Amino acid sequence: MIEHLLQWLQDTAVATAIREGESLFPWIECVHVLALTVVVGSIAIVDLRLLGLASRDRSVAQTAAAALPVTWCAFALAVVTGGLLFSSNATTYAHNFYFQMKLALIAVAGINMSVYHLFVNPDEAKWHTAAATPLRARIAGAISLCLWIGVVAFGRWIGFTISAPT
Amino acid sequence: MTSLHALDPFCSWLEHTPLSQTLQNTEWIIPAVQTVHILSVAAVMSAVVMIDLRLLGISGRDQAIPAVAGRFLPYVWWPLPILLATGALLIVAEPARALENPVFIIKMSLLVLAAAITLACQIPLRRDADYWEHSPARRRTARLIAVLSLPVWIAIVFAGRWIAYVQGT
Repeated sequence: MIEHLLQWLQDTAVATAIREGESLFPWIECVHVLALTVVVGSIAIVDLRLLGLASRDRSVAQTAAAALPVTWCAFALAVVTGGLLFSSNATTYAHNFYFQMKLALIAVAGINMSVYHLFVNPDEAKWHTAAATPLRARIAGAISLCLWIGVVAFGRWIGFTISAPT
Repeated sequence: MTSLHALDPFCSWLEHTPLSQTLQNTEWIIPAVQTVHILSVAAVMSAVVMIDLRLLGISGRDQAIPAVAGRFLPYVWWPLPILLATGALLIVAEPARALENPVFIIKMSLLVLAAAITLACQIPLRRDADYWEHSPARRRTARLIAVLSLPVWIAIVFAGRWIAYVQGT
């Protein structure tokens, strides 16, 4: 079932154009790299604040309010461009260990973010202006930072394990 | 661009050095170095985006421009040594891939331009934190610098990826 779906995706006109085009893949990859650097960097702004290592004169809420809209715009762009790159060789990417790990880490980062918003953020008013953040906030920030570094690493390794220019 | 072939002897010497051989023959080194390179790009790009969005008045308006610049400008500069070091390792591993590649020359030229634009924005702030806010003309200039710098940084990222796709001439 999934194999059929992947094959169908790979056979769509868009995927075929990206696969067979001279420069479509690199251009989309450029936008993907640009988007993901902004995703990871803007998340790091919040993570470093949660760790109490940067933006200490600003509250967590202020820091997040400025950075997260940037994150979400860039993330949307990364998902669209990543989806296009994936479609061009869906059957191969889907079986690539590094690709699977990358998606898994993004999923875990999403869970980490949800846990933070459900259990850590609600009592933020008590501590969010303090330069030193509580341990649970620091843990959430550290986990997020590590996961996104992992996402970048696994993403780069995909290029070395699937025959494409590196 | 045949003139880039003048570097052939140098590239050939470099790729036979023990360091280059190690980089070429250890499978995990190049992707690891590229990962560190991309993470450093992430720091620079996000800092530039945050500063430019503030200069344009799109985001972070609850903080004054000098404060935003003070928060994020260090993240434009301090990853640069890491970028140069990791970039140098990638060159040592495969010298001709970059040094004889016109896209690499374009990338380095754009980098100099981006650094110059950033300094032009930053140096007046050293003497006077409110320099860019004294008159409407200066506010416009600051906004112009922001509008100009973002495409240059984006072009640097794009050129970086295109190095892999354009053959050295």
